[in-house]
Amino acid sequence: MSRENVLVSTEWAERNLNTEGVVFAEVDEDTTAYDGGHIPGAVRLDWKEELQDHVRRDFVDRSGFEKLLSEKGIANDDTVVLYGGNNNWFAAYAYWYFKLYGHQDVRLLDGGRKKWELDGRELTKEVPVREATTYTASEQDLSLRAFRDEVVEAINVKNLVDVRSPDEFAGRLLAPAHLPQEAAQRAGHIPSAINVPWSKAANEDGTFKSDEELRALYEEAGLDGSRPTIAYCRIGERSSHSWFVLRELLGHQDVKNYDGSWTEYGSLVGVPVANPSEVS
Amino acid sequence: MEGCGAPQQSAEPVRDSGDQVVVTGRVLAGDEPVGGAYVRLLDSGGEFTAEVVSAGSGDFRFYAAPGAWRVRALHRAGTGEALVTADGVGVHRTDVVLS
Repeated sequence: MSRENVLVSTEWAERNLNTEGVVFAEVDEDTTAYDGGHIPGAVRLDWKEELQDHVRRDFVDRSGFEKLLSEKGIANDDTVVLYGGNNNWFAAYAYWYFKLYGHQDVRLLDGGRKKWELDGRELTKEVPVREATTYTASEQDLSLRAFRDEVVEAINVKNLVDVRSPDEFAGRLLAPAHLPQEAAQRAGHIPSAINVPWSKAANEDGTFKSDEELRALYEEAGLDGSRPTIAYCRIGERSSHSWFVLRELLGHQDVKNYDGSWTEYGSLVGVPVANPSEVS
Repeated sequence: MEGCGAPQQSAEPVRDSGDQVVVTGRVLAGDEPVGGAYVRLLDSGGEFTAEVVSAGSGDFRFYAAPGAWRVRALHRAGTGEALVTADGVGVHRTDVVLS
């Protein structure tokens, strides 16, 4: 896997806004961002309303994904370029999700919405009309997705990479600091996890650091390249960003994203938890 | 479920709910508020903790923990930084001026 197959620059994106077979999609949790202006021609994917099951805590199923992409006018052989706010957290989550359902050619816009804005490139409020397709999804590729039992078994066995901020890892915060600190679950992290905040993989403008910098980052953090890796955060979107780095940019073979992440793990009864901020 | 998204900040006045450590303020260019700036909260070790986009009124808001924080703003018009110490629960204000 090389960078040019999975990432596009804002320059490339601007040159290919009208290229046949290239579809841009903005993925955000806060959909007002799209309404306020988006990359010309980009369709909207709503992380919460369209990619999550409304009843169970899970994704939309295969047929739901097929219906969604068909309605958005995305075809199986399209090159889908995903971007969004938050340094591409939700775009990376959608990237992982597209891979889970077997989409062949999906890429991230390096730097996402932030880089596009900082570059001063065009944003429009015009919503594109795309003809519906008949999209066919694969069964979920579970080699990319970790579930809770596997995570508990991975303690001291596989690399567990906690990509949240140091304060969340240490149990001092339960959520990123732009959200109220309210949650019922326990604070802390999964024992034996290393803390490599997702933000260390990105430059201030939201673009990914170079492969050399990224390799050094995980090496210094003690990631054992000979072992499988599971990445997690709070709800699985920041860890999609790090999953993208480890598997798609650095080419690690066996990397899973644990989308249950801390909101699930920190609420499980009886599992081991490490919390350095609790004085025993 | 509440996600990790960083929506645009509202210009509503920040009320002290009594149980949160709030770091808030405005992004300014001179005396003028700057909306659409990327504002990040860094911990005392310089580590990224959160990022929001300032409202049209320049307002930003973080829910932090007690401690020393650095607020950095990034915009096409420039960058700016401010330090703030949150000594406990309550609202801690700091403006960030771009240059």
